[in-house]
Amino acid sequence: MHNKAIIVDKLSKQFGDFKAVDEISFEVAKGEIFGFLGANGAGKTTAMKMLCGLSMPTSGNAMVAGFDVYKDNESIKKNIGYMSQKFSLYEDLTVRENIKFYAGIYGIASAVIVEKTKQLLLQLNLEKEADLLVGQLPLGWKQKLAFSVAIFHEPQIVFLDEPTGGVDPITRREFWNLIYDAAAAGITIFVTTHYMDEAEYCNRVSIMVDGKVEALDTPANLKQQFNVQSMDEVFLHLARKAKRTE
Amino acid sequence: MYKVWMKFSFIWQEKQNVPNSMKQFYHFIVKEFYHIFRDRKTLFILLGMPMVQIIIFGFALTNEVKNTKITIINQSEGASAARLVQKIESSRYFELYSQSTDAAQIDRLFKKGAVKIALVIPNDFDPSIVNQNKGQLQIIADATDPNVATALTNYLSVIVQDFQKELNSNNTIPYKMDVEARMMYNPQLKGAYNFVPGVMAMVLLLVCTMMTALTVVREKELGNMEILLASPINPIKIILAKAVPYLLLSIINITTILLLSYFVLDVPINGNLFLLYAESILFIMVSLGLGLLISAGTDSQQSAMFISLVAMFLPTVMFSGFIFPIENMPLPLRIISNFIPAKWFFIIVKSVMIKGVGLKLIWKETLILTCMMLFFFGMAIKKFKIRLA
Amino acid sequence: MSPLRYILEKEFKQIFRNPAILKVIFVMPVIQLIALPMAADYEIKNINIAVIDRDHSSVSNKLVQKITASNYFKLVDYNSDFDASMELIENDKADLILEIPKNFESNLYKEKETKLFLAVNAINGVKANLGAAYMTNIVQAYNADFRIQTITPGRFNELPIFEISSTNWYNPKMNYKIFMVPGILVLLITIVGMNLSSINIVREKEMGTIEQINVTPIKKIHFILGKLLPFWIIGLVVISVGFLIAWLIYGIIPLGSYFTLYLFAAIYLLVILGIGLLISTYSENQQQAMLVTFFLMMIFVLMGGLYTSIDSMPDWARWFTRLNPISYFIEVMRMVVLKGSGIIDTGKQFIIMIIYAVVINTWAVLSYQKRA
Repeated sequence: MHNKAIIVDKLSKQFGDFKAVDEISFEVAKGEIFGFLGANGAGKTTAMKMLCGLSMPTSGNAMVAGFDVYKDNESIKKNIGYMSQKFSLYEDLTVRENIKFYAGIYGIASAVIVEKTKQLLLQLNLEKEADLLVGQLPLGWKQKLAFSVAIFHEPQIVFLDEPTGGVDPITRREFWNLIYDAAAAGITIFVTTHYMDEAEYCNRVSIMVDGKVEALDTPANLKQQFNVQSMDEVFLHLARKAKRTE
Repeated sequence: MYKVWMKFSFIWQEKQNVPNSMKQFYHFIVKEFYHIFRDRKTLFILLGMPMVQIIIFGFALTNEVKNTKITIINQSEGASAARLVQKIESSRYFELYSQSTDAAQIDRLFKKGAVKIALVIPNDFDPSIVNQNKGQLQIIADATDPNVATALTNYLSVIVQDFQKELNSNNTIPYKMDVEARMMYNPQLKGAYNFVPGVMAMVLLLVCTMMTALTVVREKELGNMEILLASPINPIKIILAKAVPYLLLSIINITTILLLSYFVLDVPINGNLFLLYAESILFIMVSLGLGLLISAGTDSQQSAMFISLVAMFLPTVMFSGFIFPIENMPLPLRIISNFIPAKWFFIIVKSVMIKGVGLKLIWKETLILTCMMLFFFGMAIKKFKIRLA
Repeated sequence: MSPLRYILEKEFKQIFRNPAILKVIFVMPVIQLIALPMAADYEIKNINIAVIDRDHSSVSNKLVQKITASNYFKLVDYNSDFDASMELIENDKADLILEIPKNFESNLYKEKETKLFLAVNAINGVKANLGAAYMTNIVQAYNADFRIQTITPGRFNELPIFEISSTNWYNPKMNYKIFMVPGILVLLITIVGMNLSSINIVREKEMGTIEQINVTPIKKIHFILGKLLPFWIIGLVVISVGFLIAWLIYGIIPLGSYFTLYLFAAIYLLVILGIGLLISTYSENQQQAMLVTFFLMMIFVLMGGLYTSIDSMPDWARWFTRLNPISYFIEVMRMVVLKGSGIIDTGKQFIIMIIYAVVINTWAVLSYQKRA
């Protein structure tokens, strides 16, 4: 129990007749980089939103950072970070102002915010751009910034929903370096992605098909299990069975 | 609804041998229809708006004087004064709120907003009638609203004069000039004759200008514009396709307004219905052009809304002549009013619908609207082209 | 309190970086308060009249003189052809035709009773009615003069006559602008407040930032307050600009106290902003929010007693105006500005507005769901 960051038990979400998430169960250990894969429309984002307290589950149980998703969703929020699919920093605020705002609503003391902002800008190499509006930054920079903002309040777990969509391979590599740094600092990483090379970077991955978790293991074990050379092939093998399309 | 559309589009593609670009244009229009039909709240308001406006203007907004609360300060104890009070009480225009002898009451009641008018009958009213053939009365009106005050004073004076006639009923007045007034076009003096054309202008502007501007700018704001522009179809067509559904919605709205005003408000359609629709479509085109022009020049929905509101809606309400008379305005505003399309449309609709005149008498207004339409579309396309290049 | 500070800081920065909002705040009051009262002049004057004089007598001449001497009428045509005059009406060149029949003068002397014919373009009923009334008044006044001159002097008049004097309180010069400007002030802060607040949250929804907010442990009340307070302050600034313009241009200084007005405005703004936030939380996109706001505002404004008196509305409409926050503020504004009413006179309106504010804002906080 104490070494588990997330425990999910038969969690489901139903929209009318449609079972977006169908009784999924898994556990994520503390400090793990957990890859949450699946085709478009498989139910990844919905599942993730339930864990973050953005969406109410229809049935099943889940504990995130030791809190129940039904009762303690506001306590969960204090202990997690979230980066959504859609870029969600304020484009009409500057880099510095965005950091200050999000840090502020997590209740971080203002002296700490100033100090940590300085470090963060240095680390991201954004000192010169600190007072530019975020809308003026290139996409890759925005995404690195969004990730840094999501873990600024030092959460136990960070949820990343397709964080590297639409950016070039070099930026993706840099982004993953940030993820490794965060994991090294003890933050549990829960990440969805479309890029199978990224799946290889994870400690363990699960693959969702039509609302169900169809496979869950380390990338090496999965390749062995399906007797293939790459995660790409594992994914294709499972996703081909999907009936749902977007 | 979608299924009907799908079927329709299918037949269209199969049966017709049309050029490829026309087909694409058609698909863009269908896509815009989907957007509108899926957003039920918006659709509901767009179609309900004319009905609500007709009901409000038709039944709620009148300046008719009816059961207005009056206070009478009756300091006379005579019989004539009592009869006058009774006469006022029984009229349908006034409702007696209170009667007293204390004139200080008036200020108190006015400040509370309890009454709008007061009649003071002085203590020498009756003796003065008997001895001097003269009776003095004072009407005090709460003139915060000057028009209401004038109307109420007039109505009360008429009642008093009637009462005077009753007292004099066995005498006749010599050398009398009578005025016989004939109210043309609108013998019952219905407000509807004036506001129906105004409502038409307002609704069409709202649907065409504001909604078109918002739809196009929304695509820009959400970053979809680039995706659409990357498709092989001519960008101008994409933008025009966004305007087409609003054209159709507007025609439905005109029909609703005409049906309601004809059957519910008893407003006649004296002129040629075909001409009325043709002129309305001309005005719709002007509004669409204006909407596209606004969208070409703005980047956020907030700006588009603000410009639509300030540059089009307020001027329409102010300068079309259906609420405020243009001839009373100072010269600069009268000049500005000439640049407001709704002013010309308002004249056209009144002329065709109520006076029943033909194109011969409204060709000038029609020409002005046509020029405005060409100008707005020309400017909008030019602006879009510059941005795209 | 601390998180609220950061939200307020962010909202203010966004507002002052948005050119559209700045225009709303500073251009709107100027346009509305300067142009609208000038345009909003209901007083009917300059009625165009065509006279068909078939008599050409000294009596008819004098009557025409009387008419042209009045401020109400402008003589656009004087002839003896009905069709020509009728065409003027069709072209909107003339509003009414007065026809003086043949033998008007001789009949007056002989039969002692004569008729004048008036044809009025009545599409605009109000104008037609007033035009006819003005004309009747002029004719009657002329009639009375004529009678006094014609009746042999010295003959005792036995008819009792009522002398009616009328006084107009609070606005003795019957200045329409003094009546309109306070109402337009209400319109102004309503438009500004409701538009700005209604598109605020929904804009965050459309941009996707709301999700990022919802995943933080922010308290609902802090979020709503963070959205409400900036616009509340802006609303009070806008109304101050309005008061300033009303004083500078129209010389309007409230007879009552500014304190009463600001106090009421402060509560009223909470209601309006709360309605805006409600629209925002229930809308899916900005376009929808704007349309709903526009629709509601149109009904509120039309039924708010700004242009037409609420007293003359039918019962169902009067019942509806009791739910209309605008009608209360317009009433209070006019009472305080023009009549000098105080807090006690407007107590009923204050209580209703406070209840309204509590209900709407509670609803707004409850309707904002961090979890779907």
